[in-house]
Amino acid sequence: MSGTMVEVIDSPAQATYWVFQGRVLFSIIPLLGIACFAYLMARRVAPLLRSAPDFRFDQISIRFTRSLKFWLAQWKQPRYLVAGVLHIILFAGFLALSVRSVSLVALGISDHFVIPGFSGGVGHSYNLIKDYAATLVFLCVVIAAIRRGVIKPARYAVPAKYGKDHTAEAILVLGLIAILIASESAFEASKAAFQMQLGQPAETLAPLSLAWMMKNALLSTARPWLRNLHLSSYLIHELTFFAFLCFLPLGKHFHVITSLFNVYFAKLRRGTLKPVRWGVSDEQLDQVKSFGVKKFEDFTWKHMLDFYSCADCGRCSDQCPANAVGRPLSPRFITIKARDYSFRHYPLFGKRREGEPLIGGIFSADEIWSCTTCGACEEECPLMMEYIDKIVDLRRGMIDEGNVPQSMQKPLKALESRGNPYGKMEKKKADWVKEKEFEQGCQVKILSGNNSATTLYFVDSITSYDDRMQSIGRATARILSDAAEDFGILGAAEKDSGHEVRRFGEEMLFMTLRDHNMDAIKASGVQRIVTADPHAYNALKNDYKGAPPVEHISQVIAREVKAGKIKLNRVESEDTVYTYHDPCYLGRHNQVYDDPRDVLDAIPGLKRVEMSRCRDRSFCCGGGGLMLFYEPQEEQRMGVLRVKMAAEAGANVLVTACPFCMVNMEDAIKVAGMEGKMTAIDLTELVDRHVARASPVTV
Amino acid sequence: MEILVCVKRVPDTSENEIEFNSAGNDIERDDLVYSVNEWDNYAVEEALQIVDKVGGNVTVVTVGDDDDEEILRREMAMGAKNGVLISDEAFSGSDGTGIARILAAFVRKGNYDLILTGVQAEAGRAQVGGMMAAMLDYPFASLVNSIEVHDGNLKISREIAGGNKEMNEIDLPCVLSIQTGINEPRYVGIRGIRQVASVKIPTLGASDLGVEPGAVGEAAAKVKRVDYFVPALGKGAEMLQGSREEMIDKLIELVKAKGGLK
Repeated sequence: MSGTMVEVIDSPAQATYWVFQGRVLFSIIPLLGIACFAYLMARRVAPLLRSAPDFRFDQISIRFTRSLKFWLAQWKQPRYLVAGVLHIILFAGFLALSVRSVSLVALGISDHFVIPGFSGGVGHSYNLIKDYAATLVFLCVVIAAIRRGVIKPARYAVPAKYGKDHTAEAILVLGLIAILIASESAFEASKAAFQMQLGQPAETLAPLSLAWMMKNALLSTARPWLRNLHLSSYLIHELTFFAFLCFLPLGKHFHVITSLFNVYFAKLRRGTLKPVRWGVSDEQLDQVKSFGVKKFEDFTWKHMLDFYSCADCGRCSDQCPANAVGRPLSPRFITIKARDYSFRHYPLFGKRREGEPLIGGIFSADEIWSCTTCGACEEECPLMMEYIDKIVDLRRGMIDEGNVPQSMQKPLKALESRGNPYGKMEKKKADWVKEKEFEQGCQVKILSGNNSATTLYFVDSITSYDDRMQSIGRATARILSDAAEDFGILGAAEKDSGHEVRRFGEEMLFMTLRDHNMDAIKASGVQRIVTADPHAYNALKNDYKGAPPVEHISQVIAREVKAGKIKLNRVESEDTVYTYHDPCYLGRHNQVYDDPRDVLDAIPGLKRVEMSRCRDRSFCCGGGGLMLFYEPQEEQRMGVLRVKMAAEAGANVLVTACPFCMVNMEDAIKVAGMEGKMTAIDLTELVDRHVARASPVTV
Repeated sequence: MEILVCVKRVPDTSENEIEFNSAGNDIERDDLVYSVNEWDNYAVEEALQIVDKVGGNVTVVTVGDDDDEEILRREMAMGAKNGVLISDEAFSGSDGTGIARILAAFVRKGNYDLILTGVQAEAGRAQVGGMMAAMLDYPFASLVNSIEVHDGNLKISREIAGGNKEMNEIDLPCVLSIQTGINEPRYVGIRGIRQVASVKIPTLGASDLGVEPGAVGEAAAKVKRVDYFVPALGKGAEMLQGSREEMIDKLIELVKAKGGLK
């Protein structure tokens, strides 16, 4: 422009930094940053290329929808309210600021760069939004730093056996974010202050935002200083931005990059287990040389991605019942130890190191046997990580090596030879129906070629053989009779469902049991199956393929009560307060939460309270099936904690809907010295006592 | 080190309800399930651990019939390299001496440094190991609960009454009867058994072993079972009376009197 020289603030692209022209400098920094990041990513991808297969490329629309819910909308975050809300703001702020970050990098190369679609009004509106986003993120960073550094919630602590505290890493990252926000705001504020001092039109900064406050503070600062601040804040932002990017793959903030993929590829079907090896059918299993996970590369690529994606938030371990009772298991550190193992053996520089076996290396056998597969960790994880499949894969590896606790070898052998873990005779499987009083009121058909029925009551081992649990079997049978169900049992032809056999990693034994039962079910000609055992329910529903539709007895009762087929009498004592304990394999794994509660609420006069940990946060009783034979190292029993929770809720009767819960709860009541104050009862037993029958059945 | 482990297939007491047959001279054997005699399983595990440390092979052998092959496969699934079934009409009805004679003949055919048996099997006779050692003129130690391999000999410990241990050195070749608890036997699943399902198991008879048929079998047995019964129930349990403290005191006294507490 001829004549008057207009004083304008230098742009980074046009300015000179020491001897470098801005445009050159800000072309080189991104190039180096991206090259470094690409190198790091390539090194991180290396183990995934040597991993076991994992088929996750189906169900695109469901995966996409779930990504919107769990990734974009951060669905699980508010389960921990303070941390969750902070994270949602940080996450949303990051998304909003990502556009600004890209355009800032480009501005270092060209003054006139505008992201397509962000010119004019859209751009100005966006600028207001990003100012507020930056301010909120900045505030959240401050609060998060106080939480990490001062308040220190217990779930972030690292027990000595798992290594050093992780606070420094968290604070470092919070610091980097704070620098990014502050430098971006200073870059904006210094320019606006400069222009306003000269009466030039300036970008409107969002009132009360960080940039706006900085601008106000800078209004009287000398323009050369503003110029320097403008240019140096740009440089700081640029350097921090690429340093942060390259820092991400080095630790827990890798989740910033991997989380979207981790959520997209997350497991879709609850209650199921991964096959021994994806792409290998049951018939081909004999040809698989090694079962399960023995070395790191036996994990699938998705499981490795889980390790990378862990944000170290500690929610899994905070919910884990095994961790709560002092068993040597903390799901968080399963992941952290595996991630660190991967980092050590696939280093950023130099050659891959051959790894030692995982069991006896980073994991102990007891750690892996300690899991009850209750699923509390998976339910909680905001990043949708899987634990049960990994634990089961590690167990498959141990089974394959013969590394099985002595206490579990007898029941496994008995399951092989007798089809039940107790080693009881097959011919006695149906003895529970022959109890005198019961037999007078209720005749149970034993299905065979000429004795058929529409519905099969699948009893499973514990209810068939355990004196105490046989009462659940008889209650179930009476209720089915009340509902005029045409039902029968398989008797000696029914073997253990194999649910825990499979979850303890003995896949071949499970397959034998499953095949036997499937043959018996098919031969019986039944059209549907009912069971009162959530473990059998889950096995038949999710592990067996091609079994007739299966229902848990609570679903049947809820339906028949609604239909008026089963009428329930008023409770005997109005002083009794009931609480319902969700069995893991009915609740979390199969989402049956309401039916049992509806049934309880249908008993007139019944007072029911909820424990603080209920529904999808239910606390495992201690585990069923083979877990009853395992002798864990623990400080106390899960069941004891659970019956105390029931007492805290103000209940004196704990209702459950699973024979294994019953074993654990009744033991726990005795161990906790709460006899007389707390009783455990199965839903079927309670309903059985309250059914309004024309000719009363003596119980 | 070449190790031979003598194993036996027995009805598993934890998975069967033992009842007597109508003749009253044996248990009802229909509907029984069988497994490897528990002591033998520990012996095989010990042999495998020794071979893991010092090299060599483990062979398992049993005297029986075709049904007994399953336990050989189970032990081979554990890691035993060879399995041998010794089976002959002439062997049926052998007493302990007969079984020891048959096994000793088998040992002479091979070149074993160490022969292990379980301390006893389900019948509790605990005799075959010792007799076999005598027939072979090998040293013998019973109730062995640890083994260390040295040059040309073994350092073993034996379980003595009262929970004490005795340490011995024993020259090779020798026969040891192995006590449970010496190790933690590894688990064998269906998959392991299937992997050895097609391995050929040789069957040897009297002529293969050079055993005189008249010297073994029922005719040669000098110990014969004549009856089998459940002893009549003795006096019932003693119920302690009094307060909890009094009952505890009485209990401690009783246990002390029987030598349970010192």
